Order: sequence, then C-alpha cells, then structure tokens
Amino acid sequence: MKHFVLAAAAAVMWLAPHAVQAAPPAPYEPDQALVEAAKKEAKVVWYTSTDVQVSEKMAKAFEAKYPGIDVQVERSGAERVYQRINQEYGSKIYNADVIETSDAVHFLVFKREGILAQALPSDVAKSWPAEAKDPDGFYAAYRAHLSVIGYNTKQVKAEDAPKSHADLLLPKWKNRMVKAHPGYSGTVLTGTAALSKLLGWEYFEKLGQQKVMQVQSSTEPPKKLAQGERSIMADGNEYNLFLLRETGVPIEVVYAQEGSPIAIGHAGLLKNAAHPNAGKLFYAFMYTQEAQQLASDVGGLRSFHPGVKEKEGRVPLSKIKVLFTDPAEVEKQIETIKKKYEEYFGT
Amino acid sequence: MTVAIERTLPVRRFAFDWSKPVFISLVLVLGGLVLLPLFWLAYYSVLAKDGSLSLENFRALVTDPTLRKPYAIAMGMALATGALSCLIATPLAWLTARTDLPGRGVVRAFVTASFVTPPFLGAIAWEILAAPNSGILNEIYRWAFGLEQYEYLFDIYTFEGLVFALSCYTFPYVFTLVANALDRVPTDLEEASAMLGGGVWTTLRKVTLPLVLPAMLAGGLVAILQALTMFGTPAILALPAGFHVITTKIWSLFQYPPKPGLAAASALPLLLITVFLIWAQAKIIGRRGYTTVGGKSGAARITPLGRYRWAAVAFVTVVLSITVIMPYLALLKTAVTRTVSEPLTWSSFTLHHVNFVLFEFSATRLALQNTLVLGVMTATAGTAIALLVSYLVARRSVAGASLLGYLATAPVAIPGIVLGVGLFLSYSSPPFMLYGTIWILFIAFLTIEMPAGYQQLSSAFKSIHPELEEASRILGATRMMALRQITAPLLRTSVVATWCFVFIGTIRELSATILLTTAETKLVSVIIYDLNESGDLGAISVLGLLLLGVSFAIVLLANRLPVLGGRRITALR
Repeated sequence: MKHFVLAAAAAVMWLAPHAVQAAPPAPYEPDQALVEAAKKEAKVVWYTSTDVQVSEKMAKAFEAKYPGIDVQVERSGAERVYQRINQEYGSKIYNADVIETSDAVHFLVFKREGILAQALPSDVAKSWPAEAKDPDGFYAAYRAHLSVIGYNTKQVKAEDAPKSHADLLLPKWKNRMVKAHPGYSGTVLTGTAALSKLLGWEYFEKLGQQKVMQVQSSTEPPKKLAQGERSIMADGNEYNLFLLRETGVPIEVVYAQEGSPIAIGHAGLLKNAAHPNAGKLFYAFMYTQEAQQLASDVGGLRSFHPGVKEKEGRVPLSKIKVLFTDPAEVEKQIETIKKKYEEYFGT
Repeated sequence: MTVAIERTLPVRRFAFDWSKPVFISLVLVLGGLVLLPLFWLAYYSVLAKDGSLSLENFRALVTDPTLRKPYAIAMGMALATGALSCLIATPLAWLTARTDLPGRGVVRAFVTASFVTPPFLGAIAWEILAAPNSGILNEIYRWAFGLEQYEYLFDIYTFEGLVFALSCYTFPYVFTLVANALDRVPTDLEEASAMLGGGVWTTLRKVTLPLVLPAMLAGGLVAILQALTMFGTPAILALPAGFHVITTKIWSLFQYPPKPGLAAASALPLLLITVFLIWAQAKIIGRRGYTTVGGKSGAARITPLGRYRWAAVAFVTVVLSITVIMPYLALLKTAVTRTVSEPLTWSSFTLHHVNFVLFEFSATRLALQNTLVLGVMTATAGTAIALLVSYLVARRSVAGASLLGYLATAPVAIPGIVLGVGLFLSYSSPPFMLYGTIWILFIAFLTIEMPAGYQQLSSAFKSIHPELEEASRILGATRMMALRQITAPLLRTSVVATWCFVFIGTIRELSATILLTTAETKLVSVIIYDLNESGDLGAISVLGLLLLGVSFAIVLLANRLPVLGGRRITALR
C-alpha cells in the first residue's frame, strides 16, 4: 500500500508540470542538497554558441565555485548547435544538460517539442524583464548582444568610416568587407531578418555585389578585422569587437544610424539531461550576478541583470538604436532568408 | 612442378580448414560496410517529403542552378588540380628517381611530410600565408616594394588559390606513381636510344617520358578524385570567396532545416563520377606491361645533371618550400604570436594559444584521445581484414575469392562526404543505433581505408612466391599454420607500413567525419574545423602541430612508407 501511494505521488508529480504548464515553476536558489547531488554527478555538459574563449572562462568560474564538477563546453555556431541537438535527439542521444544559442527561434521550437525542463533561477524570477524570459519558465536570456558594423582604425580613418548600412554600399568598400553567414550564425540570421524588414532585400542584393568575404560564425568578422584581412565588417558580434579593442587591437564599433539588430541568447535546462542536478546548478549559476558580471567583463555581453556594471568605454544599450525581431516571425522566414541569401552572396 | 606435387597429396581431413568460414564472414562484413550505406542513400534519394517514392529530389538536382553550379565548379577545380599536380610532380619524380640530384632522400622525406599533412591544415596554413591583406607573403611583398595597403600578390580566396592549395597535397599521389614507374623503366631501351645517338634530352623526351605517361595519367586521376571529393579545403577557401563546390553544398543541405533526401540525391552523381574515374584509372594502370617490359634489367639509369644541377636544386627547393616548409613555418609562427598579422618579435611572442589549447580548451583532451584510439583501432582492424582478404585473393584458396577483392576496393569510389551521408542515414535510427558513438566513426574509417590497405598488402603478397607456403603445407602445416609461420614473418614490413598508412589516413579524414561526430565523439580534425569557423588561427596552429607531431612520430616508428618510394622488400620477388 505504501508503495502504491509513493508511485501514485510520483505519477502526480510527473504529470504536474504538464497539467499546469501555463504557470511558471517556483523560483529556486541552489541549496546544499542540490550542490551535493551535483557533486555526485561530477560533470555538466553545456552546448553553447558563445565565443569559445568566453565560454571556457565561464566554465572555469563555475568549476572554481563548485570544485569537483567539471564543465564540458561544446561550442559551435548557433545553427550548428541546433542541427546537432536535433540529430542527437532524433537518435535518442542525450548528451547535453544545458543548451544556449544566439537564435531565439530555437527556443520556441525546443519548448514546442517539449525537450526543455521548467526551471526558474531566483535571479531570473526577481530581475529579468518579461521580454527576456519565457512566461512558463522554460528558458531565459543568458545574454544579449548586438550585430554591428565595425572597422579597422589603422586602415580606415574615423571620419571616413561608414555611419550606416547604406554607407556600406559605397563603391569604395568593394573588396574591403567581411560578413558572417545566416545559415551558420543565429546572430546573423536574426540580423538579416531585421535588416531585410527595415531596408528591404535590395539592400542585400546590392551588398552582395560588393565582393564581401564570407565567413561562417559571427565571432569571425571581428577577428578578420583584427588581422587586417578586411577593413570593414558588415555584420558580426559587438562583444568580440569589445574584447579585441580592450586588448589594444585597432578596431572600432559603429552603431548604424538605421539601428543595430539585437540577438537574444536564451539558455534552457534540458528535460533529459544526463546530469540533471549539475545541470540545474549550472543553469542557476549562469544568471547570478557574478556570472553575468563575468560575461560582461570578459565576454563583452549585454546582461539583463540590474546589478551588472558595464566597463568604461562601452556605449550603454539605452543610448543605442536597437532593432528587435519577433522570433515567431523569423521562424516563418528562414527558408526565404537562406534562399535569397544564396542568390545574392553565392553560398 | 609445384602444382603437380600438390595434386598428388591426399587432402588432410583431420585439421579443420578455416578458409571457408573466414571467407564467408569477410564477405558479410565487407558487403555490409559498403552496401548498407549505399542502400540507404539510394532509398532516401527517392523518398518524398510525405514518405512516398518519387523523383522529386532528382528533379530539383537538374533544375535548381544552386545545385548544378557547384558540380560544374567542382569538376573544373578537380581537373585543374590534376593537371597542376602532374606538372609539379612529374619533374620532381624524375629528378628524384633518375638523376644525380643532391639530397634525393631528403626530397622523398619531404614529399612524405606533405602526404602526412592533413589537407585542411595545409589550407589553413595557406590562409595565413596568402590571404590578400593579412597573408604573410603579401605583407612581405608590400614591405619589400614599399606598396600601399590593399596591394597584394596572392589571393588564396579564389578559384585559382583553391586549386593551388589542393595541388600542394595531391601531388604526392602523382609523385609516388611516377617515381615507382621510373624505377621500373627498363634501362636497355634508354641505352639503345643513347647508342643510336640520342642525347640525354632526346632519350628523356622520346623514351622515358612516354614510358611513364600511363603512370602520370593514373596519378593525375587519383589527384582529380581526391580534389573532387575533398571537403575541408574548399570549405576553408571557397566559402569565403562566395562559391560552393559539391561537397560543401551537400554539407550545407544538413543545416536547418535539413534536407537529407536532397543531400542523398546530390551525392549520387558524385558517386558515378568517381566510379568512372576509378574505371579509367584501372584501364590505364592495366597497361602496366607497357612500363615494365624487360623489368628484370639492372639498376635504373642515372642521368648526370651537369650544369643544370643548380637549376634542378632550385626547382626542387621552390616546390618543397611552397608545399611543405612555408606552411609549417607559418603554423609555427601563428602558434606563438598574438595575432596572425603581427611579425614574430619578443614582444609579440606569447604562449597564450599553447596554454589555451592544452589547459583551458576542454575539448582538446577528449578529441586527442578519441583520435588516437580510433586511429589505432582502425589501423589494427583494417590491417587485419586487409591481410586476410589479400591472402585469400592472392592464393585463390576459396572459390569466388576475387569477389572479396572487389568488395575491399569498392569504397575507393565512395567520396567521404557521400559515405558520411550514407552512414548517418544507416546508423542513426533502429535497428543500428551507432550515431553518437565512436563505432560509427570506426565503421566510416574502416570503410574509407580498406581499399588503400588492401592494395598495399595484396601487392606485398604478390611479391612472395606461394612455393614457400606450399613447402610448409607439404610438411604437414594447415593453411593457417603456414600463414602464421611462413608468410607472416615475411610480410612484417608491409604490415607495419600498411598499419601506419591507415593510421595516418584516419587522422587526416574530415569529409565523412564532419557529419558523424557529436560532442562525445569529437576528433582533432573536427575541432580544428570548428575553430576555423570562429577564426581562432592561433589555437588551430597549436592543435595542428600537435596532430602532425603525433603523425610523424608514428611514421618514424614504422620508419618507412613503401608507397612513397622508401625501400621496399626486394627479396622474394
């Protein structure tokens, strides 16, 4: 009889999240029990599309705070992370514990497919604005960053630098630009959706005639600028520009007059995580003030945590014209974006 | 005579002959390896979105210019690579095999080094050297002539650059075949030409070159095949230039939303092309009698270079610098400088990348471990299977043994990326759930490396006369005992060489691997590729050098690679 009661209770608990899906779960703060359980699992696997050096630092900070739990960082472009989790889940392989990509569309799909667990770290419950988290507590914004224009200050004088997306179409920038690919980078997919809506596809058609160097990840254009391989980046991550500039690399950010697309990078805890407790612990850690401050300091990422102080010299988000996109709308356009893009840029 | 003795002997019934069961299991294993992925490939290519059978995917293939164009570009690229490889490799092989060029052994060692270098790593090294603005060579060019920024000599991100970077790592195939053929060209024909008054160059042009022409063509076809099926180099050099070749296009069809059916359909013509190339190559090689007429005559004739000696040394130095020395130096420099474009000085020297790769980057250890474990596993299993197959084929001990030879050679016609697609379709759903484990990679590598392993060992078997085994069997040994006690010791060198060959092959592989790895089954080649997509050239250089170090250590351990013209077993021919 006792067993039956336990089983029934278990069944009810298992059913509970499904029954009350509309309501977010109770916020949680890691307690001793969770830490102990996580230490038994000894490992957490994090699929991420944040720059690899930044992610590894986040992992090291977690390992320092909770010794005995290793973080395995699996970094790839947002679309590759998405492709991989789909291939793996299609084959019933549950490697990942926490997943994070820069393409907000993915989290609509993940939630719909039911592969995420509900989890609401107390920091998210307390301080995140409603637009930066899922109302049902399945995911929340770990980071945000802009896709911006940039230039190499050794090769281009500040007064000559482009001020807007329209400026990129000037003949003098032919052969001088680099950009990332929407088929690989979630940031650029979001940015392409935003800009094609604002400026029309003619903008990309003309940009395609500028002999732009095509790289894959949005972390790469800043590095090509730093190398001096190209002088202007047509799109790419703001945070990589920050990081490189702060180590003395001669590059500068341009916030285009038309606006800069923002990519919101959500993270979520997976329902079938191999290390559920370590995953939950890491998931909570990602949103703490210390982690968010670290992401801002070493990662140049924008945070929704009100306690995070931005470094000197970085323009605060409130002073920038930001272009938001509706992920549900982007999802419908993916095929069109990829098709048009290949037509104008060749790949 | 030996045949007559064997016939009169009574068949020994008391010792079980394992040939049959071994034969049957080999047919099943090889058949499964080759046919299963091809079956799924064919099945998916005719599967419509709603699950019915249709030719929709093939219609797309013919009508969609974004699928047709990559094919055209890939064909052009492959042909150009074949031609360029022949142009570089033929004179190099002649100088090495048939002249008194100083340092011929060094040349062969460098060609081996080029062969061991994974092509994708070479492509990255050439990005560092010849990117139009930040490439080291272009920096030097601007500095030397006092030119403005944006002036450049080389641009690696072009069709020509791609062909060049491919040729750097395909020319060893031509070199090997031509050098081996030159070793066998009968000297008496050349001497006859000399006696009839033909000068050195006349003899070379009218006798020697025509005799090695088939080998050169065959090598050229291998180079074309390699270029056509390669994924890494075009992904690194063609995508930035804004064009697709067929392998990168197939790969892109797996991006969201994935189109496996279309990918399968696009892969099939590539398969047909490679089958045709293999057939053409076999036709040419089949005329080998042509090159070995009177092969028994003495040592190869050495042409004194005389006053052209230094011109020859200059040519060889240039070729080797371009293909081996400069790329290695570029990787070394990038590994220890902060950013690629900085010159290496005391202030720009850093161990940051070394530190990052060895201690911070969590993928390094797992990937290195997986790469080495898989390399050793594939090399061991592959060599064992190839050994059994080539034995059964060479000795024709079982009826239908030649079938095994065909099965073992067949994968050569399956491009890596096609095999990758086929294996993913075969092993990512029940009943065979291998995707996500290292076993799917093991199967991929075993299949890919089987033809090379089999070719090596079967030629080794051909060099050992069966009479030695027959003698052993007359004295009462079973087939297996004879194999173990007589043949195995004689084959040891070839077996070791084959093992190394397969090991290096697995370390170089990227085309199939790129579709088959997961987080738990990362390989060094894949993390190098991932790092390239995020532009971390310093980390790539460190990892690449690490990979090369391991590969060279393995090669040195086995100390010679017969395929590349090292000394071969000459006894027992």
